Amino acid sequence: MSVRSKIFAAMQQIAEEQKVKLPPLLDDLSLHDTGFDSLAFAILVARLEDDLRIDPFTIAEDAAFPSTVGEFVRVYENVPA
Amino acid sequence: MLLCPPDLDPDHIQALLADAEIDAIDTDRPDRYDAGAYLVAGVNVTERAAAGWRTERATEWLMLTSGTSGVPKIVGHTLDGLAGAIVANGPARHPNATWATFYDIRRYGGLQIFLRAVIGGGSIVLSEPGEAIADHVARLRAGGVTHISGTPSHWRKLLMSGAAENFSPRNVRLSGEIADQAVLDGLARAFPHASIDHAYASTEAGVGFAVDDGREGFPVSLDRRNRDGVEMKVVDGSLRIRSHRTAHAYIGTAAPPLADAEGFVDTGDIVELRGERYHFIGRRGGIINIGGLKVHPEEIEAVINRHESVRMSRARSRKSPITGAIVVADIVLADGVDADRQQTIRAEILARCKDSLAAYKVPAVIRFVDRLDVTAAGAWLCRHRTDQVPERRRSTAHRRPERVAPSARGRRRCFHGRVSPRRRRPQHHRHHSDCRRRQHRLIARRQTCTLAAHRLLH
Repeated sequence: MSVRSKIFAAMQQIAEEQKVKLPPLLDDLSLHDTGFDSLAFAILVARLEDDLRIDPFTIAEDAAFPSTVGEFVRVYENVPA
Repeated sequence: MLLCPPDLDPDHIQALLADAEIDAIDTDRPDRYDAGAYLVAGVNVTERAAAGWRTERATEWLMLTSGTSGVPKIVGHTLDGLAGAIVANGPARHPNATWATFYDIRRYGGLQIFLRAVIGGGSIVLSEPGEAIADHVARLRAGGVTHISGTPSHWRKLLMSGAAENFSPRNVRLSGEIADQAVLDGLARAFPHASIDHAYASTEAGVGFAVDDGREGFPVSLDRRNRDGVEMKVVDGSLRIRSHRTAHAYIGTAAPPLADAEGFVDTGDIVELRGERYHFIGRRGGIINIGGLKVHPEEIEAVINRHESVRMSRARSRKSPITGAIVVADIVLADGVDADRQQTIRAEILARCKDSLAAYKVPAVIRFVDRLDVTAAGAWLCRHRTDQVPERRRSTAHRRPERVAPSARGRRRCFHGRVSPRRRRPQHHRHHSDCRRRQHRLIARRQTCTLAAHRLLH
């Protein structure tokens, strides 16, 4: 399962738990338009850290805050192994 | 005057009215209050004829602690104390400023900005509960906001929303939570022309200090100096502050002391010295700070422990790059519970937490573990499921040991009730003249307040 698929699966699960209607996850979809609030993103990042063993926002000193779904996925994909 | 923020639990209002000895209520929900017991003023309520009353007493500003377990504590301030940091800076320091805050102005952090605007003669663009960040920022831009404050969580939310583009404040301030290096750097990139500072302030301790060197933590030199009448010291790892900006007391029939014998307020924020800088590392007693709201772990454990398959649990803080912290729960299942049922049990526990707790208190991650370890700091003691009512909540003796200063019976307070999310106009002081006279310091600035209100931008 790719990093992208894992991220999307986690987002689907959190959307279900948080009763958020998730629009189709396209790269240029703004994170704001996903319907996720800060708490939902915090949950997502924590669960991805457990699943992927990485938290790119904490380990990378110059991690930019992503603003689209594509940027969010790339932040995870670009973490050096 | 007790300021009540919009997220106040209606179940707590009666206890607060009694503790603060409220006589008059200014509210947009007059139907909620007994007009026989209180003078109720506000939307669609005809104001009574002014009763004759005089007093030389200065208004006591009462604020509520945020995110506490159970009924919030009432914290008493004076206008002098609230405005201490503003006056120390000099009201003229920010000429032509247009202010904004992500806080609600009925919270300490928001009230600071409101007072900066009215005392300094600037304008303020108000926040509105529940407003989408993009809509809020559009209003901030349209209003030409130059100075804006919020918690690191507010700022991370803005940075991730993509709404920060074309918004260029001159000053950005963070407070209310730990400002980590990532959010400071993120803001420096997003607002290259803005000065960025992070301030330490709390409802009880008032405004302590502000740091503007772009680095997390604060220099140890601040601890050794008396700056603008603010003294700080670190005792047993926690930051203590003494100044005329701190609150003067907790208010209530059995309120605990707010400061120690020397007048220092223990903030409960634990700091660690690394080199020449103190870093905030968390709250004493395992209290979790999520986006500026404090969460008591026992409250969450009590809900989890009610599940029949749970032997014991621990709710704890986990660092989050988005909200500062999140709640995670470690759970030991009762003997004989089939491990294959973990997914079902997890879903049931989450559902129960959602039913009983505010969203930010619901564990983001649930882990099933074989045993619970005491943390390195020794902060956690095993709380078994038979302790379904947390000890800290069951016993109020230690929380409210002695009434420190008997409240002056007969003093009258007014209460500014909740404002509905749709209400866009500023609250004007419509309660009776008795209350108005007691607020003479506030009224003295009403002219400024009104001028500012005329320029409110929505």
